[in-house]
Amino acid sequence: MSEIILVDIGSTFTKVTAVDLSTAQLISQANAPTTPEDVSIGLQNAFDQLGLPHEVIMGARKLACSSAAGGLRMVAIGLVEDLTAKAAKQAALGAGARVLKTYSFQLTEADLAEIEQLQPDIILLAGGTDGGNTANILHNAQALASLSQGVPIVIAGNRSVGPEVSKCFPERFSTYLAPNVMPQIGKLEVEPAREVIRKVFMEKIIFAKGLNKAERLIEGIFMPTPAAVLRAGRLLSEGTDLTKGWGDLLIVDVGGATTDVHSLGSGSPSKAGVVPRGLPEPYAKRTVEGDLGMRVSVLPLVEAINPAVLARDLNWEQEKVEKRAKELSVRPELLPQNPEEVAFDHALGYRAVHLAVGRHVGRLSELYTPSGLVWMQDGKDLSPVNKVIGTGGVMVNSQHAHSMLKGAEQQPETPLELRPERPRYFLDGKYILAPMGLLAEDYPEVALKILKDSLNDHELARRD
Amino acid sequence: MESKKTLVLGVIGSDVHAVGNKILEVSFQEAGFNVVNLGVLVSQKEFVEAALETNADAIMVSSLYGHGEIDVRGLREALIEAGIGDILMYIGGYLVVGSQEWSEVENKFKQLGFDRVYPPSTLPEDVIPTLRADLGI
Repeated sequence: MSEIILVDIGSTFTKVTAVDLSTAQLISQANAPTTPEDVSIGLQNAFDQLGLPHEVIMGARKLACSSAAGGLRMVAIGLVEDLTAKAAKQAALGAGARVLKTYSFQLTEADLAEIEQLQPDIILLAGGTDGGNTANILHNAQALASLSQGVPIVIAGNRSVGPEVSKCFPERFSTYLAPNVMPQIGKLEVEPAREVIRKVFMEKIIFAKGLNKAERLIEGIFMPTPAAVLRAGRLLSEGTDLTKGWGDLLIVDVGGATTDVHSLGSGSPSKAGVVPRGLPEPYAKRTVEGDLGMRVSVLPLVEAINPAVLARDLNWEQEKVEKRAKELSVRPELLPQNPEEVAFDHALGYRAVHLAVGRHVGRLSELYTPSGLVWMQDGKDLSPVNKVIGTGGVMVNSQHAHSMLKGAEQQPETPLELRPERPRYFLDGKYILAPMGLLAEDYPEVALKILKDSLNDHELARRD
Repeated sequence: MESKKTLVLGVIGSDVHAVGNKILEVSFQEAGFNVVNLGVLVSQKEFVEAALETNADAIMVSSLYGHGEIDVRGLREALIEAGIGDILMYIGGYLVVGSQEWSEVENKFKQLGFDRVYPPSTLPEDVIPTLRADLGI
């Protein structure tokens, strides 16, 4: 059997992609509305749209990722905000989670009440380097143990007290030990914790969300969709043992509720005389901007842009901008129907890309010392990155994806932000990032070939 | 590793003198300490946060460009705020500009919250026995 079917169960659509493993080509793609009460119905509908013989679909291996039922919702906890709390947040984001909130130092009664309300699917509990502080993580474990509902807890703090932390929790909690997200000051180790989170997602969360109903049709739901996208990015960047990858790259995903940015690359200073500062950042880094979205989050997006700036971009009255934004926030299903509405979505998309990439990349600051001017770099230097990939509905459906995606690059008004300087732009025109991330696990060569072929087919004209 | 005493080491402020910092790192490691070296251009906040996460036993501050007094002002208070106010703290280097009476300099930095203050050209082996004694090892 040389066919394999990759499934992405999203919150609105269930997307399926059939691949021929022997020729490393896409056979067909289809989608159908997700059916939240029993996701297997929408999944079956999508399979029916593939136009493949029933026995081929039945016989093929089927792997899935999902962002339905609110995605993977997590809370991250560490000791110091800029150290273990930040590392914990990065680990959760890289595992494809929506990080509802990050807490540092000792949890208070008010924090616990808030966590009770947020109802996270998983809590990631870190704090202390290996051999370092133990009091804080033990305090926080005892505090969390008082939550009325049991939550899966991934413990990724000071390894000296891992088992002790685990023992703080009564039976209604399930606890999982992972290596410390920050074993030493300045050393970030988020990958092992990401893998533990993914296992908990597979074993626990899809049951809790009722997504396991899909499992009568498929082999399993292996990861949250954003984790699959990051995995595809990683494969495309690093390549395989046999085939070279594309090197450093940036992926921008503009959605209705959030804008996600994934970067693959070390981000070390590219210019001489720059001193890197702060916690090192992961090679595969994901950020999620919850206030930058085209529909559900359109009001905070317009506020972040500044309505006056948007009005100037569009040559509209500011009131008209505010009116359209309100309309979209009330009716997020609206699609642009006329040139004015298209222009509005385009301006929003451009600014969302611009802001989200600006928050993702590192920045320079200058410091005058007795021995002269020193440049300091916080975060990743992505100025040498020469490939930027755009995905998400607004971008894929736009006639002007290129100029929208150019919001990512270096501009005269942002000289201190370490954005890509002169990148080539590609569009994920067939939504293959997530399915190829799934395929990457067992068939990296096939996934890499399909990624390169499809993206090369969708390269956007270079600098118009 | 767990039984070793942990030192947080760094050059404070806008000071980029990196060589002595490396020598100190190696010397303290060879003397059996677990060294968390923050390198150069280290802010007070970084000293405090690193000491907190690593449950450090002592903070070793270097300053070699004469502006140390301004850079360290408030460090002890910040440690008190962070709940580790009683941590042992040493400083050494070219702490002031010009030739000032050493006893005055030492006194000034002791008032700023340092337990030991060392003049220029102090060798690591002059400090290590005192450090061991202060840490009770």
